[in-house]
Amino acid sequence: MTTDVIIHNERDNVGVVVVEKIISKQQCSCWIMENNKTVKIQSINEIPLGHKIAMIDLSEGDTILKYGHDIGKVVKSIKKGEHVHVHNVKTKRW
Amino acid sequence: MKIPKSFLGYRRENGRAGTRNHVIILPVDDISNACAEAVANNIKGTMALPHSYGRLQFGADLELHFRTMIGTGKNPNVAAVIVIGIEPKWTQKIVDGIAITGKPVEGFHIEQTGDIGTVMKASKKAQEFVMWASEKQREECPISDLWISVKCGESDTTSGLASNPTVGNLMDKLEPLGVHLCFGETSELTGAETICAKRGATPEASEKFLKTWNAYNNFILKEATNDLSESQPTAGNIAGGLTTIEEKAFGNFQKIGSCKFIDVLEPAEEPKKGKGLYFMDTSSAAAECVTLQAAAGFNIHLFPTGQGNIVGNPIEPVIKLTANPLTVKTMSEHIDCDVSKILSREMNLSEAGDELIKITLKVANGRLTCAEALGHKEFVMTKLYRSA
Repeated sequence: MTTDVIIHNERDNVGVVVVEKIISKQQCSCWIMENNKTVKIQSINEIPLGHKIAMIDLSEGDTILKYGHDIGKVVKSIKKGEHVHVHNVKTKRW
Repeated sequence: MKIPKSFLGYRRENGRAGTRNHVIILPVDDISNACAEAVANNIKGTMALPHSYGRLQFGADLELHFRTMIGTGKNPNVAAVIVIGIEPKWTQKIVDGIAITGKPVEGFHIEQTGDIGTVMKASKKAQEFVMWASEKQREECPISDLWISVKCGESDTTSGLASNPTVGNLMDKLEPLGVHLCFGETSELTGAETICAKRGATPEASEKFLKTWNAYNNFILKEATNDLSESQPTAGNIAGGLTTIEEKAFGNFQKIGSCKFIDVLEPAEEPKKGKGLYFMDTSSAAAECVTLQAAAGFNIHLFPTGQGNIVGNPIEPVIKLTANPLTVKTMSEHIDCDVSKILSREMNLSEAGDELIKITLKVANGRLTCAEALGHKEFVMTKLYRSA
């Protein structure tokens, strides 16, 4: 079966789309590299290759975890299955 | 895979081995570019390395200029060097720095002669050098003669998932064989700096890394006018799905696999602690970083890309790899190694690492990289501050 999304680490709350795109309301198969488990998620929007999908509901101020590490903060609440990018996540640094 | 123990390289006078056999015409300063390019045009098989600086620099910035110039000439991928500058003193300083290697080098200055007379004299010497260098034969060199530098560019999330870890896999396999390795991109480790610092092989190396990173970060914070959006990450990074500098940093960091760095180098500083992995303080701009690594003596470069960076270097062959299937499709002429099958899970990381090792050795033996075939020769000096 096609892997639509790859997740680096079990702790991560986002995954990366690895097919050309996923469409809205698609049942996606997600592979977690760290433990070789597969989980499912339904997408809310269309998400292109390389972009991230939220694996859980996230509120403003929450931390995005990828590679098992902090990669930024949520600036606009995000629903499970929604596209995660510069419109709803910002750096905690610069 | 059984890793080959040797490659075919050019043995140099100082014992180092080159993967290329260039005769370069090196201008000391911006105003000597025309002369250097005229000589390279006269004498086939030579290459001029024009650049934008070298006048009225001072302090650490001038030292870096000399280190980059001399290091470029000393690189084992270079057989012989013609140095051309406006004034005799700085020209001679660079000639003397390169001459330590024992390779043929001669300097010419333009003052009191003019361009035409200088071009004539330098062309005669360049012809002698290139005909001499053309007799050099490749010979068997142990794989430990490879000095491999790495830098990623136009990264996207596929870089962190697959192409950067492929480089990391190569490092894990080649480090025990005694190669020299180098990564840089100080600013692009922001967010992963504490994790990276833990990879210092000694407390001194870790401490030196954090000091270097802090200095760079303070400089960025001082000069920044906004959140650096579209600069770090770049617009290309963002289009490819990277959202923050932290995300980019953790992806970048995958390139060193599980290796530990033994020392932290100044920009263009030659490693002095023997085999192993080094961190070099560099900008994250591709051409600047590769130019500094080449000047430190690295003789082959691995460059993972996501959205398709096209950079090359005049003296150090730059091997591109990508895991982004769209980039493979739309920019195939730039991609030496396609590892996109990692994303479709038809290839695992170890297989990808083996594939990259094979290609690295082919290029070390003389196969042209895509960037070489396309004529990419980006030679970009790092300038620390304004000239006096």
